[in-house]
Amino acid sequence: MFDFFFIIEKLILISAVLGITLFIAAYSTLAERKLAAFFQDRIGPDRAGPFGLLQPLADGLKFLFKEAIIPAKADRFLFVLGPSLSMLAACMACAVIPWGPDLMLFGRTVALQITDLSVGLLYLFGLVSFGVYGVMIGGWASNNKYSLLSTIRASSQMISYELAMGLSLIALVLTTGTLSIREIVLGQPGWHWNILAQPLGFMIFIVCAFAETNRVPFDLPECETELVGGYHTEYSGMQLGFYLFAEYINMFISSAVMTCLYFGGFQMPFIASLGLPQNVVALFGVVFFFVKILMFLFLFIWIRWTLPRFRYDQLMRLGWTGLIPLAIINLLATAVFQLCN
Amino acid sequence: MSDIFFWVFSVMAVVSALSVVLNRNPIYSVLSLIVCFFSIAGHYVLMGALFLCAVHIVVYAGAIMVLFLFVIMLMNLKDVPEFVSKWWHFGAAGAAVAAMVFGLATHLFQSYNPRVIGDMQLKPIAQALFTTYAVPFELSAILFLSAVIGVVALGKSE
Amino acid sequence: MIPTYSYLVLGCILFSIGTLGVLIRRNVVIVLMCIELMLNAVNLILVSVCEPVFVFFIMMVAAVEVSVGLALIARVYRKFGTTDISTFGQLKG
Repeated sequence: MFDFFFIIEKLILISAVLGITLFIAAYSTLAERKLAAFFQDRIGPDRAGPFGLLQPLADGLKFLFKEAIIPAKADRFLFVLGPSLSMLAACMACAVIPWGPDLMLFGRTVALQITDLSVGLLYLFGLVSFGVYGVMIGGWASNNKYSLLSTIRASSQMISYELAMGLSLIALVLTTGTLSIREIVLGQPGWHWNILAQPLGFMIFIVCAFAETNRVPFDLPECETELVGGYHTEYSGMQLGFYLFAEYINMFISSAVMTCLYFGGFQMPFIASLGLPQNVVALFGVVFFFVKILMFLFLFIWIRWTLPRFRYDQLMRLGWTGLIPLAIINLLATAVFQLCN
Repeated sequence: MSDIFFWVFSVMAVVSALSVVLNRNPIYSVLSLIVCFFSIAGHYVLMGALFLCAVHIVVYAGAIMVLFLFVIMLMNLKDVPEFVSKWWHFGAAGAAVAAMVFGLATHLFQSYNPRVIGDMQLKPIAQALFTTYAVPFELSAILFLSAVIGVVALGKSE
Repeated sequence: MIPTYSYLVLGCILFSIGTLGVLIRRNVVIVLMCIELMLNAVNLILVSVCEPVFVFFIMMVAAVEVSVGLALIARVYRKFGTTDISTFGQLKG
């Protein structure tokens, strides 16, 4: 009754997924700096290792060895809790993402997904709203008015864009008819990607994803020119590292989620007609999935070094009077379309 | 296995609920209530109501508690007395709660009829919401709309 | 196997704690939070008894109640500068 191999399999899968997530998040910091250098006609970091490939390691060590200062008037417990919650919410999201088709190993079917929740989409949505707490608690516990101001900015931005995100997801669920991420991916074989059914929904979702990850053009919570350093002004050492790193993990996870929901996830066109064995198909699927994710990561970085940031009132106006009505129209149109079919 | 989890979630819920009531710092009260809601969500999972658990987290932890945290962070609550001041207030409160528990115990425990704990499907709930309970559902939509208008009217400065 | 009355007992305990909080706290925000706790205790018992349709309605009403309640509290705070529950006695006509 107690399936020993099942537990071993899941343990290996969990460590692999966490390891790959942290690895890609670490190397997207390097990619960010290298691409920024490319866009600005510089060389970028090239001292640590060949082509600067060891730079993330050096950055991590630097964060680790720096003194973590807790301000005298800060609430010590909450000050540490804030970045930990941010990191936790970022890492928990990879549990429901299907990384590839089933593998056949030693006569067992191994699903490349930690757990296939029947409410996976709601789980992700809950984690998005849970991520607000890390920012709010950390900013408040710093006992600094600039931290508090940018905390209020960050959390009201996240809450506002959650609404439009939720509405665009409801329209997606209307077309797919399921909340399980795996079933959503399996429902888009070949070229039948959901982006073709929900182009407007995808546009709304990607804008909201940028806002939720606090990336340019929505990086108001941490704009140095107005608010010193944002909600993590008082942070230093590894606690600051957690906040900054959580942003890159969130970028990776939201790229994976966008790929799963709108771009077919691990589904690869034309592969079914080649008649390859299942394990080969699965490996191709995983590789293709990661190619799509890396393209989204490139998009995140590309936009950061191309566009200027919004003003705060422009951001709020876009969210409340632009995206939410658009998402409602999209939802109504999808509902009418589904009703007519 | 689920027995252990039942006790873990129950102890968590009761301890964090007590912490909500007894903590002097409002921020810690809010955080304790969030912990309490998560342990109640754990109970929902144990009862097989996965969808309900997800909705519970999104509504309570994701929306309602964020509002509370916002309000408490923005108000300077340093000089508010947190507890009632006179000892007989505590006595009266305790007596009222004791009387209520007695009433609950004598009344509820006789008529309590638990359902079979099992996996709860999404479809029957959705169908019930849109057929049997369609009128209350629409009414709650109107309630939401009126609340939005009311909050905007209340929030505007004079 | 979970004992039969366990969810009823747990719900009653949480409901009592919430009631106690409403009676002994003076900060209106905390009182509102204790009311949320009581609603959740009821939800827990309801889920152990029947299909959770009513629970969704309770959640909807709770969300509405909190948003309107907090807006009222913010309004009173702006006028009196405090959230002590006794200031609410001064609200007339």
